[in-house]
Amino acid sequence: MRKFTQSMFFSVFWLTGIAAVLVMLSVAGYVVVKGFSRITPDFFTTSPRGGLSGEGGILSTIITTVYLVLLTLAVATPLGVGAGIYLVEYADQSRSPLAARITSAARFGVETLAGVPSIIFGLFGYALFVTALKLGFSLASASLAGACLIIPVIIRTTEEALKSVPDSYREGSLALGASRWETVWKVVLPPAFPGITTGIVLGAGRIVSETAIFFVTLGGSYRTPSSLMSGGRSMALHVYYLAMETRAFDKAMATAAVLVVLVVVMNLSINMISRRISRNAR
Amino acid sequence: MKKKRVEGVMKTVLLISALSSVTIVLLIGFFTVKESLPAFRSIGCWSMLSGKVWRPGQESYGIMAMIAGSGLVTLGAAVIGVPLALGCAVFLAEVAPGWVAGLVRPSVELLAGIPSVVYGLFGMVVLVPAIRGIPVPGNTGFGLLSASIVLAVMILPTIAGVAETALRSVPRSYYNGSLALGATRWETVRRVTIPAARSGILSAVVLGLGRALGETIAMIMVIGNSVVMPEPLTDNPLSVFLSRARTLTGNIAVEISYATGLHESALFATGTVLFILIMVVNFSARTLLKAGAGGEVSR
Amino acid sequence: MRRILIIPAAALLMAAACGVPQETASEGEAGGAAAAVLEDEISVVGSTTVQPLAEVLGEAFEVIHPGVVIVVGGGGSSVGVKSVGEGSAHIGMASRAIKPSEFEEFPGIVVHTIANDGIAIVADPGVTVDDLTLEQCRDIFSGAITNWNRVGGPDMEIVVVSREEGSGTRGAFEELVLGDGVLMAESAILQPSNGAVRTTCGTTPGAVAYLSFGYLDESVKTISIDGVDPTPENVAAGSYPVSRPLNMITLGEPEGVAAAWIEFILGEDGQAIVAAEHYLPVN
Repeated sequence: MRKFTQSMFFSVFWLTGIAAVLVMLSVAGYVVVKGFSRITPDFFTTSPRGGLSGEGGILSTIITTVYLVLLTLAVATPLGVGAGIYLVEYADQSRSPLAARITSAARFGVETLAGVPSIIFGLFGYALFVTALKLGFSLASASLAGACLIIPVIIRTTEEALKSVPDSYREGSLALGASRWETVWKVVLPPAFPGITTGIVLGAGRIVSETAIFFVTLGGSYRTPSSLMSGGRSMALHVYYLAMETRAFDKAMATAAVLVVLVVVMNLSINMISRRISRNAR
Repeated sequence: MKKKRVEGVMKTVLLISALSSVTIVLLIGFFTVKESLPAFRSIGCWSMLSGKVWRPGQESYGIMAMIAGSGLVTLGAAVIGVPLALGCAVFLAEVAPGWVAGLVRPSVELLAGIPSVVYGLFGMVVLVPAIRGIPVPGNTGFGLLSASIVLAVMILPTIAGVAETALRSVPRSYYNGSLALGATRWETVRRVTIPAARSGILSAVVLGLGRALGETIAMIMVIGNSVVMPEPLTDNPLSVFLSRARTLTGNIAVEISYATGLHESALFATGTVLFILIMVVNFSARTLLKAGAGGEVSR
Repeated sequence: MRRILIIPAAALLMAAACGVPQETASEGEAGGAAAAVLEDEISVVGSTTVQPLAEVLGEAFEVIHPGVVIVVGGGGSSVGVKSVGEGSAHIGMASRAIKPSEFEEFPGIVVHTIANDGIAIVADPGVTVDDLTLEQCRDIFSGAITNWNRVGGPDMEIVVVSREEGSGTRGAFEELVLGDGVLMAESAILQPSNGAVRTTCGTTPGAVAYLSFGYLDESVKTISIDGVDPTPENVAAGSYPVSRPLNMITLGEPEGVAAAWIEFILGEDGQAIVAAEHYLPVN
């Protein structure tokens, strides 16, 4: 009887596990299969055109997405990695009450930011960057707002990566007379580097998939942006515009398929990096 | 000498970056509240929160209907998504053989990576037409049910991930001890592991709900966006889920680009309400998580 | 370890690289701020109804003047007026008349009507009703009539689909069809774009909506008002009652590329494109 109860419940858990895989396969599979049947080579080599008709490919939206990812990372990586280094290498080692207060403020910031929904980042970006700082609907506004979204991601992964470096490394370096910064730069960062990279890739993934923030800060022009002050349209935003604005549902599906494949590739590369880290650790 | 200076400069630079996150939080709070003050002042905080009519053209700015919409869609997502997600977490942590978990876990993680606009598109193309098939007068497919299903899938990875971590952090000695006393694996999971991980599991659910409250783009694509208090379409109270609705997030996204003056301020006020709501939800999740962690140590 | 610097550095290079050609072209405008006032690139922001038309007009203009780039973004009519008034865009687009309050806030703005646009009543192709009176339209969209059988159709519930509050198309429709004091039905499905309104209307049984002429296609059926079909010809003749201007807005009289482009739009070739996109030429 007890065995029977166990196998009954365990089969339910098997079912939920299988259901999760099926849900993933049906969403991703549907989009990829439907989408790829519409993709021709010039889908990647031409830009959207023709206004409402949704003609053309997605070249300019790919370029805009790349700009957006690079610019966002350019802002968020130094801040996020720097914050992670401070929290693990300086604040944790210091006993002063000020350092403790800074640490708890920073932790509060990271935890709160991680829960803020993206439309709030968008609203904030719209109020501060687009309107108050007069950056307009532009790459500059969008990437600053986007950086706010991924800074907590990068801080967290940097912290984890640094914490995984054994204390004996630091102690050895400090004992040899190196300063704290020299220790961090030459001894702690190199082994933590792959871990930090996963944070950066995660951040890039968030930017690639983000729509709500860019919907209210990026403007939505499908032209290739020519400067920081130009507006543009990322691939995710293009899916939204195609689905909501044009007759080109098939193109929306095709763009979505490209996005899904991109996300899969990013996830795989994160898994690969983490696996390499754990292998090295052993 | 130079070494000292480098050290000092680097420390300051790192300190400033460490404060970036809290600075952003303060800036977000400041700007959202500042922009919503005119609305709170001239409409009144309470009459905004309790007003059921949102007609900016007529100077009516009640967000009750949107609060109800957000609440119901989150409830719907929880009813569908939480059992599935927790089942997944138990499956991954306790039931599945290693190689199966190695297949299922990346699938669940991938669900988290799929952009919300893709979920929205899938909902528009597949779910909405399917739900339109339910023969209830007034049912158009767009509404709370479609939105709840989409959300349930979107919060699955959040809940499953955090809950699995909570289950795995229960010391293995508990499990082995229980088995040694003659309990079956299921009895052990049910009476020992799950209770020990309770607060972590609860905080996983609450975090998932926070995520659901904040979702925007997928919602506006499938929920119909009507500004009405959701009401059952038939005598069956469950048919409320076939009703169209609008979420707080959707209200902002749909109207921000067209709004000026008081209307714009009222949208920021919507954002303030959403921000506070989510802060409360996430704060309780964190408290639960910390309480749980503390409890385990003391045991 | 230096690799950690590569990513931000590459990004900055990239940003610099995409800024450079324009800066040299505009002969040494200084620094990053120069990007906003480049002579050969103009930014156009505003109404999502005018956006697709402006995109096509911009592409046609760029063919004639290869050095010119016209960047057309969305945002909505109000954003269009605000952006150009505040100087963050060269040209604003509005799919409605400019409000007195807007002229008050931005006294310097100049309005150029580039086309007229009819707004058609459309329905799900399964609806058998072909004609409505203006009064019936008002009652349907205000929610006073909720079944197609009240207006000579099948026994089928009417599902009103509308744009969101603040949309230029909705504003014009409310003013022209609903009139003063009559409100859009609360239960209407609201979609944030014309395309989404069309998709929803075309796929939802019993749906009725209003659409700019430029968005009409075979996925929805048009309904005539008082026997007059929604065609550009009937708008021109003044017999179709629901139309509004599509406007371009500049701060002061336009100069340079903006002036040339608006001149092109109002000229023969531009107006031919306007007509080909199913709008009503003004010249």
